[in-house]
Parts: sequence; structure tokens; C-alpha cells
Amino acid sequence: MNLFVDAFNWILDPANYAGPGGIPVRLVEHLVFTVVAVLLASLIAIPVGFLIGHTGRGRSLAVATSGGLRSIPTLGLLTLVALWVGIGLGAPYVALTVLAIPPILAGAYAGFEAIDRSTIDSARSVGMSESQIVRTVEIPLGLPLLIAGIRSATLQVVATATLAAYVADFGLGRFLFAGLKTRDYAEMLGGSLLVILLALALEGIFTVVQRLVVPKGVAFGRPPVDRARSARPGPGMDPAITKGNH
Amino acid sequence: MTWIWSNLDLLWDRTLDHLVLSVPPIILSFLFAVPLGWLANRYRAGRGVILTASGLLYAIPSLPLFFVIPAVFGTSLRSPLNLIIALTLYGVALMVRVVADGLASVDTDVRQSAVAVGYSGWSIFWQVELPLAGPVLLAGLRVVAVSTVSLATVGAVIGAQSLGSLFTDGFQRGIQAEIIAGIVLTVGLALLLDGVLVVLGRILLPWTRRAPTNRRTLRVARMAEAPA
Amino acid sequence: MFTANRGRLAAVAAVAVGAVVALAGCASGDPLDSGNTTDEGSATLVVGSQDYYSNEIIAEIYAQALEENGFTVDRQFKIGQREVYLPEIESGSIDVFPEYTGSLLQALNADAAGGTAEETFAQLQDELPDGLSVLDMAKATDQNSWTVTQAFADKYSLTDIASLADVTEPITVGGPSELETRPYGPTTLTEKYGIPIAGFTPIEDGGGPLTIKALVDNAIQITNIYTASPNIKSDKLVALDDPDALFFADNVVPVVSDKVDEKAADVLNAVSAALTAEDLVSLNSESVNDELSAEKIAAAWLKQANLF
Repeated sequence: MNLFVDAFNWILDPANYAGPGGIPVRLVEHLVFTVVAVLLASLIAIPVGFLIGHTGRGRSLAVATSGGLRSIPTLGLLTLVALWVGIGLGAPYVALTVLAIPPILAGAYAGFEAIDRSTIDSARSVGMSESQIVRTVEIPLGLPLLIAGIRSATLQVVATATLAAYVADFGLGRFLFAGLKTRDYAEMLGGSLLVILLALALEGIFTVVQRLVVPKGVAFGRPPVDRARSARPGPGMDPAITKGNH
Repeated sequence: MTWIWSNLDLLWDRTLDHLVLSVPPIILSFLFAVPLGWLANRYRAGRGVILTASGLLYAIPSLPLFFVIPAVFGTSLRSPLNLIIALTLYGVALMVRVVADGLASVDTDVRQSAVAVGYSGWSIFWQVELPLAGPVLLAGLRVVAVSTVSLATVGAVIGAQSLGSLFTDGFQRGIQAEIIAGIVLTVGLALLLDGVLVVLGRILLPWTRRAPTNRRTLRVARMAEAPA
Repeated sequence: MFTANRGRLAAVAAVAVGAVVALAGCASGDPLDSGNTTDEGSATLVVGSQDYYSNEIIAEIYAQALEENGFTVDRQFKIGQREVYLPEIESGSIDVFPEYTGSLLQALNADAAGGTAEETFAQLQDELPDGLSVLDMAKATDQNSWTVTQAFADKYSLTDIASLADVTEPITVGGPSELETRPYGPTTLTEKYGIPIAGFTPIEDGGGPLTIKALVDNAIQITNIYTASPNIKSDKLVALDDPDALFFADNVVPVVSDKVDEKAADVLNAVSAALTAEDLVSLNSESVNDELSAEKIAAAWLKQANLF
């Protein structure tokens, strides 16, 4: 395991913090890239997902497209677009936005689908217009699953954005490739540890965001209690059993 | 496109190589994830630990993992076993959460009835919980299959021949047709395995041929597909 | 009641396993083999290649030449790292591998002196560890070079590497990551010739299409292109002269394990004797421009060389 010791020493070495190729610069580049890619993917996937979730139409098409997009190998897409576009960030942005779309799309429509139909019906019967229903009922209630989708997308992009360094002088992936090519294991492992730390930090942020975003009264993290089958504690029943096992 | 016609045998060989590299991890991920997911579901304390650990695992970038695994397991760097271990780890990371959620979604009433009727602990798992969680597990397994096929292409960088070799070779020589062929075959293979799993699901879980009427199972099944 | 019973599950599992095993049999080059093929027939040789299309063509020529002379060949191509295949050759998992004299010498000893082709070859023979040896080298070379576009060379009347000091615009170097730390890299340009380098842009395609495109688009001004690359002619590039031998001579040479006997050595030496630098350029051109497979290119070359 002294490979890991070397990697830690590399991370802590102040020489690696200076200059345009230093750790802080690369970290920021990597983070910015991730945020922009997820944002671009959200701009495409969220409206489409909301539409599918609200109207209930086109779901199987969305699932099939998601599955298809998910299966596109990122390295393949990256090299292909890079051949057309040349070096720089164009190809990585295209490839990684495609990677990020399926989880966000799924989060968007699944969030809407998970909402109790009776809630929507009541909203309609009270006289809300369709857009009001979407804005004030479906979006707030569907937010937890959407955030879960964005979280998943972010994690995948952070891990895969290392590939951007294949065609551009950008991001934490530079440490991976430079270390790989010059056989500097410390640099390579150090770089990967940094990517993992970044991913964990983002996961932590998302956990907090998910808790904040859930509207009051909605159970966080579990499927909403199915009213039709709510537990009717009979006499003498152990609450541990009726509460269920989630 | 003439390149494709003159290199059909190369494409076929690579596809077979890729199949042999991606199917074992899918099966192994399932086999490892089920007990882990069961543990996470059964023991409250374990759940947080196991799920965080699997999230961590998925965050590890694939390329460095290929170099770390030989150091830890002692496999040769170039060995396809290297790639299979890495892909299995990613598959398990994805699948554990799905298994935990799937088992958790089994209606407690059903479980209680099984206990009442006299099923033993083992039988409850095999004959009640697992089949009922089946659709959710299948949805998760389909996602694992697709992402394994896609991820296996990265192995080309360390010398494990697969459809990914078409990307590196096409990239070096500037042959777009080769890269496009590689992408199309990867997607095709993923969709093929996905289809096989769907058929498998119909065979093993025939009661799901009708859309589930239990809204709770339906909801959890869709959640399993969603953020994974 | 529940049909997910053991019997059905077992049947499906058996079919699945059977299918994978059957397909594994069809797959070429047993992927589940880690490369330690020590119990093969004595006439079977393992030929490897780098993850570089040009090297793969040479390896394919070796393989087909050996096959024409009665050997059975197991091809294991596209191995990415020198640190991976060198130990495998030493241990006998790989038997024949096309290499380049200067690059291999520098990889084994970063402080090697280099010099002429013969001097480099002699030093390489000294540096090789036990278990590895080299056969005759070919006249064919695939040198590293500092290359610019014809337009850039004309603009500043560039002839050799030292003349880069006359360039008035900022010079960005492009190339694979390892170029930055190579003995002939950008730091040497600055220290030895006083050439100011504005920056380094890493491009990981080994002198391939992205690098060429960046050079032609003037995103980078100089890069390292292998001299056997067909792009030098087709994209009008100029490899600057290297009078100080900054770059080691890089002749093609087969590295072999102890398993390679006299008969096999003769075959490989015959190939090396016939392979010229111009040959290598046209072989590469057939791969990149005509998009032919290594197999076809090798077969065609062997036919016209008419060695056996």
C-alpha cells in the first residue's frame, strides 16, 4: 500500500499547488466543467422530463432513449467529436452532457409519476390551471427525485470528466494522464484521490440540498405512504411491525 | 463506409471479445449485490455504511482503478481479469442500493402472512421477498448491464481487447467509420443484453407480465429506474 | 404457486453460462488468458505490438513471415505500456516485439549517450537485461522529430531546430504528456538553444489526427511527429533537422525472448534487412489514407519483398 502513501505525499506537496497546472486550478476547472455539463444536460432533460411526467405520454420513448443514451460509450463519443472539432473543450462538453441527460431525465419524470394522483386531481378540481398545477404542485413534490437524478448525473460527470484531459489541457484528468504516461504512480493515484474527494464533497452538498428542498409534510427518501393501505394498528400490534421495514 | 465492409471479421471478433468481458461482471455484480443489499436492508446500522461505501466505489474513476486492482489483487495489469474485477465493482456499487430498496418495498403484510403460514427465514427470502422484489431488481440489473457494456470500452487503454479498441485505433488513424462502428456496436450490444434481461424477466417472473396494479410496487420500480 | 422456483432459475442459469462459454470459444485470442502461455507447443511464438498502428503493422509482418516459415503465431497486439510488455518478454510470455532502438535505450537508461544508429544499437545491447535480446536492426527508422508546418518554416526560414530561436511569435508546444519531461522536450529547447517556449498543450493521440489538426490550425506551433508518419507529406509538414542528435536514432528492431531459436531469428533478420524507411512511410500511408487493415498491408508487403 505504499502506492497510497506516495499519493498522499504528492497531494500534500506544496510544489504541486503552484502554477496553471497546479492542484487548485485543476480542481476549479474540473468543478466548473462538471457544473456546466450538468447544467446543460438539465436544460435539455428537465423540461422534457416534466412534460412526460405531467402528460403521461411518451414515457416508453423516454425510457428507450435514456437507455440508448446511457449505453453510448463516453470515450467513443469523445474521440469521434474530437476528430471533427479538434482539441479543446467542445468534444468533452458534448460527450459529458450526453452522459448526464439520462439520470436527470429519469429523475424528472419519475418525480412527477411518484406523486399521488389524488393530489393532482384535487388540485384540478380546486380550479388550478395546468401550468399552476405544474408549478405549485408537481414541481415541489417531484423535487426530491429530480434532485436525486441530478445528484447521480453529477457523480457520473465528475468521475468521467477525467476523460476531458484526453483532448484538452483541462481538469483533474490531466494528473491521471500525465501520471499514466510518465509512469508517475503518485501523481496518477493522487489525482484520482482528488477526484474522489471532489465527488464526496458534492455528494455531501446534495444530501443537504435534498433535505432542504423537500416540502414540509412529504416524507423524505421513502415512497409516500400509500393511503389505500395505511397501517391500521390493531390492538396489541407491535409498532415496529406496522411502521414497516424501510 | 467501405471500411466497415472490408473489416467485418475484425468487428465480429471485437464484439465477441466485448461480450466475454461484459457478461461475467453483470452476473457477478448481481450475485454479490443481493447478499449485500439484504444486509443493508436487514440491519439499520449497516444500511448507511453499505450504501455510502457503494456510492464511494462508483465515484472512483475507472482508469486508475485498473492500475490499483493489480496492486491489490495481484492480477497482471494486462489481464482481462483486471477489467472484469473493476466492472464487477462498479456493478455491485450500482446494484446494492437497488437490492436494498427492492427488498424494502416488499409489503410487510405479505411478509407477515408468510411468517404466519410457517415459512422459515431462508424460504421467506427465496420464495417471498426475492420474487416480489424481482421487478425492481430486474430494472436495476438492466441499468447495470447497459453501463457495464459501455464502461468495458475503457479497457482498451490498458490492452484488453474489446470494442473500445476500435476507438483508440480509429482515433490514431483518423478513421471515423471505425469509431462510429464501435459506438453503434456498443449500443447494439447493450440493447441486446437489455432485451435478453427483459425476456428473462418474463420467464422468471410471469406474474409481472400484466402491469403491476399495486401502486406501491409500481412506484418503487420506477424509482429504481430513475436516479441510478 | 410462485413460478420463480429453483428448477426454472437453474435452467436459465445453465443456458446463460453455456452460451457465454460457447462464445468464449469463438472469441479470438482467448481473452481469459493472462498471457502466461508457457505450455504451448514449442513451435508457437507469441508476437506482441505497441498500441500504435504503425508498430502493429510491423508486428503483423513479423507474424506472417514466421507463419510462412512453419511457426504457429499467437498475436497479442495493442499493449499500451512499455513497463507492461518488457517484463512479459523477459518472462517469456511474449516472444517477439518490434521496438525502436533509441526509444528503448532511453527507456532503459535515461542518461544514455546515444549517437549514430550503430552506436545506439551497441548501447542498447549493453543495456538489455538478461532474458531479452535484440536481433538485427532494420534500415527503417521512425524517429521523433520537432515538426512545424511548411508555412511556419517558410515564414521564419527555419532549417534546423536551433533556428527556432529566430521565431518572433510565442511558441506553444503540443504533444503527448510524456513529451514535457522527455530529454528532448521543451525544457531542453529553452536550455540548449535559448528558444522561449510559451506553453505546452497536451494531446494524447500520439502524433495522430488531433495533433496534426492543431498544428495546421496554428493552435500549436511545433510538435513531435514520428518521421514515418504519412501526414508529413500529405499535410505539408517539415521535420526540422537535428544536427546535434537531440533525438536518438530509432531503427526498427525486434526484441526477442530466449524462446526464439535460430530459424525464427533468420526469418526476422531477413525481414529487417528488407524493411526501409520509405517502406515504412508507405505502409503507414496505406493504413491511414487507404484505411487498410494491418493484415492486408503486411501480406502485400511480404509478397512484393518476396523473401521466402
